[in-house]
Amino acid sequence: MLELRGLTKRFGGLLAVDQVDLAVKDGEVHALIGPNGAGKTTIIAQVSGSLDADAGEIVFRGRDLTRLPQHARVKAGLARSFQITSIFRRFSVLDNLALAVQARSGSSLSFWRPVAGEKALFDEARAIADEVGLSRRLDLVAGNLAHGEQRALEVGLALATRPKLVLLDEPMAGMGPEESQRVIALIERIRARVTVLLVEHDMDAVFRLAERISVLVSGRVIASGAPQEIRANAEVRRAYLGDELAAG
Amino acid sequence: MKKTIFVLGLAVAFPLVMNALDQTFYIGFGARVLIYAMAAASLNLVLGYGGMVSFGHAAFFGAGAYVTGILAVEGLRSAWIAWPAALAVAAAAALVIGALSLRTRGVYFIMITLAFAQMMYYVFVSLKAYGGDDGLSLPGRSTLGFGLELGDELTWYYVVLVLLAAVLYLLHRIVHSRFGRVIEAIRENETRAAAIGYPVYGYKLACFVISGAIAGLAGALIANQSSYVGPGLLHWVQSGTLMIMVILGGVGRFWGAPIGAAVLLTLEETLSGSEALGQYALHWQLPVGVVLLAIVLYAPQGIAGLIAGRRRA
Repeated sequence: MLELRGLTKRFGGLLAVDQVDLAVKDGEVHALIGPNGAGKTTIIAQVSGSLDADAGEIVFRGRDLTRLPQHARVKAGLARSFQITSIFRRFSVLDNLALAVQARSGSSLSFWRPVAGEKALFDEARAIADEVGLSRRLDLVAGNLAHGEQRALEVGLALATRPKLVLLDEPMAGMGPEESQRVIALIERIRARVTVLLVEHDMDAVFRLAERISVLVSGRVIASGAPQEIRANAEVRRAYLGDELAAG
Repeated sequence: MKKTIFVLGLAVAFPLVMNALDQTFYIGFGARVLIYAMAAASLNLVLGYGGMVSFGHAAFFGAGAYVTGILAVEGLRSAWIAWPAALAVAAAAALVIGALSLRTRGVYFIMITLAFAQMMYYVFVSLKAYGGDDGLSLPGRSTLGFGLELGDELTWYYVVLVLLAAVLYLLHRIVHSRFGRVIEAIRENETRAAAIGYPVYGYKLACFVISGAIAGLAGALIANQSSYVGPGLLHWVQSGTLMIMVILGGVGRFWGAPIGAAVLLTLEETLSGSEALGQYALHWQLPVGVVLLAIVLYAPQGIAGLIAGRRRA
């Protein structure tokens, strides 16, 4: 599905992403974990196309996307959610999702016909709201949603573009245990049809959901494999997992 | 809908009332308000809906005016040629200026649009063949045919009104179309708009060009209004005036630009000519400044927002 080869990003003297090789297989939930500042969000930004790659390749479904602009990557089936909630705060929940549906259904260089009359857009937006648990909040202005609901909309916006691979950047950030359970359930529901690259600090969630895990430390992938391999990996335990697993 | 009919009725009745009161001077004033309403509405599209703070919209306004003026001086006075030409040249200018300016954001965008407009201002100041500093007097208003004599103030007023109505209707359609939604989404959150698959730069540029074209048409009309074009039309103060109109009336409110143009020009007209104020009439901008300050501080949605707010309450 997705293959990164030698992906690199430099910010001045800081090597944020250092020749990362990573393969996400068709249909899997692949978790990318690592301490803060390891470069996880930078990789997400590079893959989604908002940051250039200084070196390396991004191959998605056999196609080299490395130099493609962000909107073309979304068209190709690659969508992301943001770690820091990024929604259209003054639009209603329904309008938020309809806008994302609109992006991939027909041309938006339409200047005359009122968009409010396009039933198909809003029907699909409702279906997505239903999926992420916002069907009772459709007419609410997005900025007025509770934190957990905004996070759900965040993921909903990514799903509304109907991606083949979705990059979820800490979807459970700032959530209580109950809300986290809901996100886990959501990922369980969508995994049958969408491949997921999941960046997450909640290790319970990661070990419950992921089929494979890659560990990023200081911009380098130090291990990649099935959850039990990662748990047993001495280097990973020393660099990152040790304390958390010991505590858990 | 009711509001639209009310405003339209008011605009249609205005010159008839002035005629009846023997105040025909105000018919010309009314036409000027309508023309500035169109220019301000074009700015409101990029500023209010698109979130692009263009501080150089006088460039497109002035370009349209000069195209009409130069063509008229060269003997081409047909409105059917001059006005579309003004629109096209302004659109082309907006395409070039927009393509470069929209690579920047925030304060840089404000400054670069201002710089481009000032560059064009100096181009026309030094254009000696067409009056340079002194500007250019037109031999008369454009010719329209159909037995309509644009030199007649009443006819002129209604032609301008029809064009403004058409432009406002077009803007209304655009704002509520797919394109309009994308433009507003980009204003709200550009990063997210890009992340759900919109080529943000292209949409902003298209919006900028549409806006520039409309400003160019308004420019063609202002050249006719006083049968004169001068570099002052491109001066940055003119860009500022358009911006003040939009802010007064209501940024991103559909009726904002027409209201702002009417209020600002009416204040200018009554205050600067006021005998009660005597020598202080020269400083008519001072009370306007106070009003603007109050609007920005207490009614950021402008006068249109105040009216809508009261209705709901």
